[in-house]
Amino acid sequence: MAELSYREAVAHGIAQEMRRDPQLVMLGEDIASAGGVFKTTVGLLDEFGPGRVRDTPISEQAILGAAMGAAMTGIPVIAEIMFSDFLAVCWDIVANQMAKSRYMTGGQVNIPVVIRTANGGGSRFGAQHSQSVENWCMMIPGLKVVAPSTPADVVGLMAAAVRDPDPVVFFEHKSLLATKAEVPDGEIVEQLGEARLVREGSDCTIAALALMVPRALEAADRLAGDGIAAEIIDVRSLVPLDTQALLSSVAKTGRFYTVEENPRLCGWGAELASIVADEGFWNLDGPVVRITTPHIPLPSAEALEDMSLPTADRIYETVRKTMD
Amino acid sequence: MSTERADPGAYDYSQRSARLPAAVNQSNRDLPISIESRLELYELQQVLRQFEQRAYDLFMQNLVKGTSHLSLGMEAVAAGFGLAKRPDDYSFATYRGHAHTIAAGVPLGPVMAELLGRENGLLKGKGGSMHLTSVDHGMMGSYAIIGAHLCIANGAAWSAQLRGTDQVAIAFFGDGTTNIGAFHEALNLAVIWKLPVVFVCENNLYMEYTPIDVVSAVPNPAADRGPAYGLEGILVDGNDADAVFHVASRALAKARAGDGPSLIEAVTYRHGGHSRADPGKYRPADEVEAWLDRDPIPMYHRRLLELGVPEGDLATIQQSVAGRVEEATEYAKNGLHPGPEHLFTDVWADGGSAWRN
Ligand SMILES: Cc1ncc(C[n+]2csc(CCOP(=O)(O)OP(=O)(O)O)c2C)c(N)n1
Ligand SMILES: [Mg+2]
Repeated sequence: MAELSYREAVAHGIAQEMRRDPQLVMLGEDIASAGGVFKTTVGLLDEFGPGRVRDTPISEQAILGAAMGAAMTGIPVIAEIMFSDFLAVCWDIVANQMAKSRYMTGGQVNIPVVIRTANGGGSRFGAQHSQSVENWCMMIPGLKVVAPSTPADVVGLMAAAVRDPDPVVFFEHKSLLATKAEVPDGEIVEQLGEARLVREGSDCTIAALALMVPRALEAADRLAGDGIAAEIIDVRSLVPLDTQALLSSVAKTGRFYTVEENPRLCGWGAELASIVADEGFWNLDGPVVRITTPHIPLPSAEALEDMSLPTADRIYETVRKTMD
Repeated sequence: MSTERADPGAYDYSQRSARLPAAVNQSNRDLPISIESRLELYELQQVLRQFEQRAYDLFMQNLVKGTSHLSLGMEAVAAGFGLAKRPDDYSFATYRGHAHTIAAGVPLGPVMAELLGRENGLLKGKGGSMHLTSVDHGMMGSYAIIGAHLCIANGAAWSAQLRGTDQVAIAFFGDGTTNIGAFHEALNLAVIWKLPVVFVCENNLYMEYTPIDVVSAVPNPAADRGPAYGLEGILVDGNDADAVFHVASRALAKARAGDGPSLIEAVTYRHGGHSRADPGKYRPADEVEAWLDRDPIPMYHRRLLELGVPEGDLATIQQSVAGRVEEATEYAKNGLHPGPEHLFTDVWADGGSAWRN
């Protein structure tokens, strides 16, 4: 066991996979010599050399195009898009090309690409450098989508994403980068499509993702003080989605909450709510409640951003009120 | 204009503003290309021409649905590159990709069946005319959103570099494509990484319905941009298969030798409209007529006769191609319409489409 920051876990996870597979390469802006603008790729250039860890120009289409072309001709690739907001400038490659080529060609090509990208708010970066865009990716058939909340999951899900033969968008949360936790020694490999039960409880189920997981846990501590036992599920993987974990938890608790950092409309929680309403309806003892960022571009001022993202306070109060 | 022009098929720029074709450069007859290769170029152009004429007829019979973009009149480009490339090289084409698919060696039957949306189609009916792909033939896809595949071709070239093969990736695209950002991103990356990739602009003078000179900052939309990326601006007569073959061979050899990318602009013209829905009425009649007079296939036919090939040999080739197109048509018409079992396959590499448990 070693204590690693979420930031260090990114490089740790990539290194684990690059040691295992000598063909695996990575590319992105400032990832090699500079070690990444978030310092998530420190040390990789030294260990794996410039042939496998490549700096690129500011050319997001060229980055993801090169990743796709290499992947479909036998070279697995990890590509970095510095901020997830920038997916918008190369969205064609993500949503139209990588996601659909396998289906459109009758199964002729595989696209083993991991698109790593820094996602989410809390850094006071404003509306173009703070978005949570998991739902952009989740709605595209042909993309897999993961968003780890702990250093150990960063390593394990990175391994799962790299080993998966399909395109995976891997969201690294900017506000979790400095968080630290124990990471087991040796190889860590998680499964895509498995949620994690992070706190057991019998009164309500709260599904959360990435930065919202620690906030939901904090809220659960306070709810416990009021005699409400909240069960927290870290969704981890939006596609594939572990619906069984959600439905079996709701069967036990009878209440379902989502905590989403994305703006309200079409957030991932809406899909989960719909599944629970369809398939868990008779187990529900009350309405499904979504706790989200309001439907606004994220403001930059500390005071305003803090009012926007779901906080432990807001989760606590919402659950309190709706459980009465 | 700093753009250098390749000798073969040298394009007489003075005629460009009128959008009229340059005269045939008769010295291309003397290029060092064997008669065997020339007969292959002739046959390939015949295949492309007759195949697409048949595809057009099948649209008219409403057997081909959706849209489709023919390259009738542009066959010399696909044929020249098709013959010059190695079977293990990669091709990337646009939605106007029937010719490049066939020139990569893909059998006609599955291509025709794909146009008809049949289960025995190249893509099992799931891609259609705009997405023809055959990985077994190095035909890595036809891309219907302008620009992306230039960046993707770079990736295939990068992969060849990483794997230490001497394969080359070729990306075909239109004149209109030179005005999208991906074109510029792709050229820059290819040059700085010295990738084995050849970018081939098929300048047919129109981006959809708009003349390219009206929307481009420079007269030769690809060749004039080359120097901005440290690339020679190569212009070639895209209606002369010998000229294309010659220039293609040079660029492929350069890439294979590790000397980096090339950008080639082949000037040509489509005989028909942009797509199935377009009668092409925005083009002046005299312009169309002048280009029909410069049809690459009769010109090549005349050249082979001048080089001493008997008329009968050429007639035999034409007839055998007609037979192959007929067979392909039968193969396609006899294909079944795909059943529902195909809907949910091949989203993922495991063959399925499950997104949840
Ligand atoms: C990004 C994008 N914008 C617009 C279109 C619509 N469109 C399809 S073909 C075309 C014209 C392309 O012209 P050119 O590159 O010259 O190729 P050509 O069709 O002449 O072969 C346009 C505008 C598209 N497919 N993709
Ligand atoms: Mg054009």
